Amino acid sequence: MSSEYLVEVKDLKQYFPIRTGFMKTTLLKAVDGVNFGIKPGETLGLVGESGCGKTTVGRTLLRLYKPTGGEIYYDGELITDQNMIKYRPKMQMVFQDPYSSLDPRMTVEEIIGEPLDVHKLYSNSKERREKILGLMELVGLNAEHATRYVHEFSGGQRQRIGIARALAVDPRFIVCDEAVSALDVSIQAQVINMFEELQEKLGVAYLFIAHDLLVVRHISDRIAVMYLGRVVETADADELYDSPIHPYTQSLLSAVPIPDPNIAKSSKRIILEGDVPSPLRMPSGCAFRTRCRFATEKCAQECPSLTDRGNGHMVACWNK
Amino acid sequence: MSQNTEKHTPLLQVIDLHTSFKTDKGEVKAVNGVTYTLEEGKSLGIVGESGSGKSVSAYSIMQILDGNGHITQGKVLFKGEDITKYTPKQMEDFRGRHCAMIFQDPMTSLNPVYTVGNQIMEAITTHNKVSKEEARKKAQEMLELVGINDAPRRLKQYPHELSGGMRQRVMIAMALVSEPSILIADEPTTALDVTIQAQILELMMELQKKLGMAIIIVTHDLGVIAQMSDEIVVMYGGRICERGTAEDIFYNPCHEYTKGLLRSIPSVSNMKKKLIPIAGTPINLLNMPKGCAFCARCDNAMKICLTQVPEEVRIDKTHLASCWINIRDNKYLHDEEAEVKA
Repeated sequence: MSSEYLVEVKDLKQYFPIRTGFMKTTLLKAVDGVNFGIKPGETLGLVGESGCGKTTVGRTLLRLYKPTGGEIYYDGELITDQNMIKYRPKMQMVFQDPYSSLDPRMTVEEIIGEPLDVHKLYSNSKERREKILGLMELVGLNAEHATRYVHEFSGGQRQRIGIARALAVDPRFIVCDEAVSALDVSIQAQVINMFEELQEKLGVAYLFIAHDLLVVRHISDRIAVMYLGRVVETADADELYDSPIHPYTQSLLSAVPIPDPNIAKSSKRIILEGDVPSPLRMPSGCAFRTRCRFATEKCAQECPSLTDRGNGHMVACWNK
Repeated sequence: MSQNTEKHTPLLQVIDLHTSFKTDKGEVKAVNGVTYTLEEGKSLGIVGESGSGKSVSAYSIMQILDGNGHITQGKVLFKGEDITKYTPKQMEDFRGRHCAMIFQDPMTSLNPVYTVGNQIMEAITTHNKVSKEEARKKAQEMLELVGINDAPRRLKQYPHELSGGMRQRVMIAMALVSEPSILIADEPTTALDVTIQAQILELMMELQKKLGMAIIIVTHDLGVIAQMSDEIVVMYGGRICERGTAEDIFYNPCHEYTKGLLRSIPSVSNMKKKLIPIAGTPINLLNMPKGCAFCARCDNAMKICLTQVPEEVRIDKTHLASCWINIRDNKYLHDEEAEVKA
C-alpha cells in the first residue's frame, strides 16, 4: 500500500485510566479519534489549549504510549508492536524543556552519540566522531563544545543539542513538542530559522506542536486545531488564519495578542466564557458546545465529524 | 503650560534605581540605573527577556526582594515621597493600600491550605478596621467585580478547586480590595492559555477604566504589551534601552535591541518571510560588559559601544533611547534640546 502521506494516523485514540475514587477508575479520553496525514517535507502545526491532547497525539504517534485504538502508517506501512523498532530511526522527537530532556551527567558527544550507538550507525569510532561533529556543525554548535556538559549551555544551545540528537539517526519525520516555547524571543527566532533550514536541506517533515499561534502560523504549511481530544478544524495555514470557520478556531485566533499597538487596540475579540471542561467530564455531543455561541440542541446529541468545505479545509461543526 | 507641568507630580517616579543581589559568585547587578514615570490611570509596560531586570525593577518598587537583594542607589517617588526611605511599618501600609501586585503563577501565590474567602478577607482586615461579617461581604463583592459567578460558594473553596484563570481572578480581587492607585502585574497571563489570557487582559482593562488605577505590566510577550500599554519601557541587561509611547516603540524603534526584538517575532507583516534573529546568547549578569550591555549581540556596534555606557537621549517629546548610534545620528536633537533649555 502506498500513499501520498509520509505519516498518517487514522482514528487515533488514547485513553488513560484515572483513579477517581476507591475501586473506581474513569477513562480520560486524551485523544479521541484523530485523523491526519503529513506529506514528506511538510510541516503540520498542531494547536490547542493545555489539556486538549496535542502532546499526547505527538507521543502516541511515536508509540511512546501504546495507542488505545486507531492506526499509524509510515510511508503506507502500518506500524505495529513487532515492526515498531524498524521505524524508530525514521521518526524522532524534540522535547519542550531543554533542561530536563538532556542527561546532566553526559557530555554533548555522549548525548548525540547515544542514538548512533543504539541503532549501530557507524563502523568505527572515527566515523562515529565524524558523524557527531557533523551534526553539531549542522545545528550551529562548535566542535570544542563536544566535551562539555549540558549545564554549561544556555537554553537555546541546549535545544540545539536536543535537535542534533534527534537528527543523529537521519529521520524523515520529527515531532517538535513545544520545541521553542521555553526560549526567549530573540533565541526563539534562531531555533525557528534552524528548523526551517534543516527542512530545506534534509527534507524532513515536522509535526509542530505549540500553543503560540503566531509561531505556528509562521512555520506551518497546514494547521490542525484541537479541542478536548478531537481535531475541530484543519486547513492550509493562511486559509485557517484568514478565514477560520469553526467557532472555537475563530475565538482562539481572535484572542491572540498581536504585537502591533494599532491592530491590538482596535481589533474586536471574541471572548470565550468560562474554562475548558474537565476531560473526565466531557460534555455530550460536541465538546465545545458549552462555550459556543452558536450551540443548538443537535450539538448536545451528536458529535460532528470533519467535513470538507473546499480546498481541503476540514471543519467539524453542525452550524457553520 | 510650562508652569503647569512643573507643578505636576506624577503618581510614581523611579529615578536611577539600582538593585543588586549578593551571591556566592559575586554581586549581581540586576537593575542598573532605571528611570521611568507612571502617570495616574495610565498603563506602563516593561518588556525584556529573562534576566533583563524587568521583574526585579517591579519588586524593588514594592520592596519585596529576596533576602540577599537590596536597593543600592536611586529613588522611588510615590506622589513625590521617596518610599525607599520608608520604615518597614510604612512600607507595609504602602503595599496593598497604594500599590498592589499580582504574580505569574496564581497557584504558588495563593496559600493552598486556606480558602479563597479566608485569603481575601485577610487582605481586607489588614488594611481596614472592619468586622468579619463586613469583610466577608466585601470579599464577595470583590469576587463579583472580577467576574466570578456564584461568589458565596467560591469563597468557601480552596485554590486547587479553581482553574488557572479563576485563580488569577482571585489574585486580582485580592490585590484590589483597598482600591490601590497602582497595580503591578508581573507576567500575569504567562501561565494561562490564550483564550483565558484574553479574558484576564480584558478584565484588567475594564477594571482600570472603572477604578482609574495605573497599571505596570511586566512581560516578555510583545503582543500583550502592544495591547495593554500606553507607554513602554524596553529593558536589557538591567538597563533601559528605550522608552516611549507604544507607537514610538513599535513603529519607530530607535535602539538596536528593540529593532532586533521586533524583527525576530513573527507578525502579520512578515508571516512567510524568514525571521531575523538576534545573534548570540543572552547576557550573563555576573559578567557585564563595560560599555553597552547589548554591544556583544549588536550588528552595528561601534568602538565606543564597547567601552562606554550610552547616555539616554531624547528622540522626540515622548521617546527616549540609549544607543550610541542615535547619539551619533541625532546630534542635532541634542542641540535643539539644549537650546530649549537655554
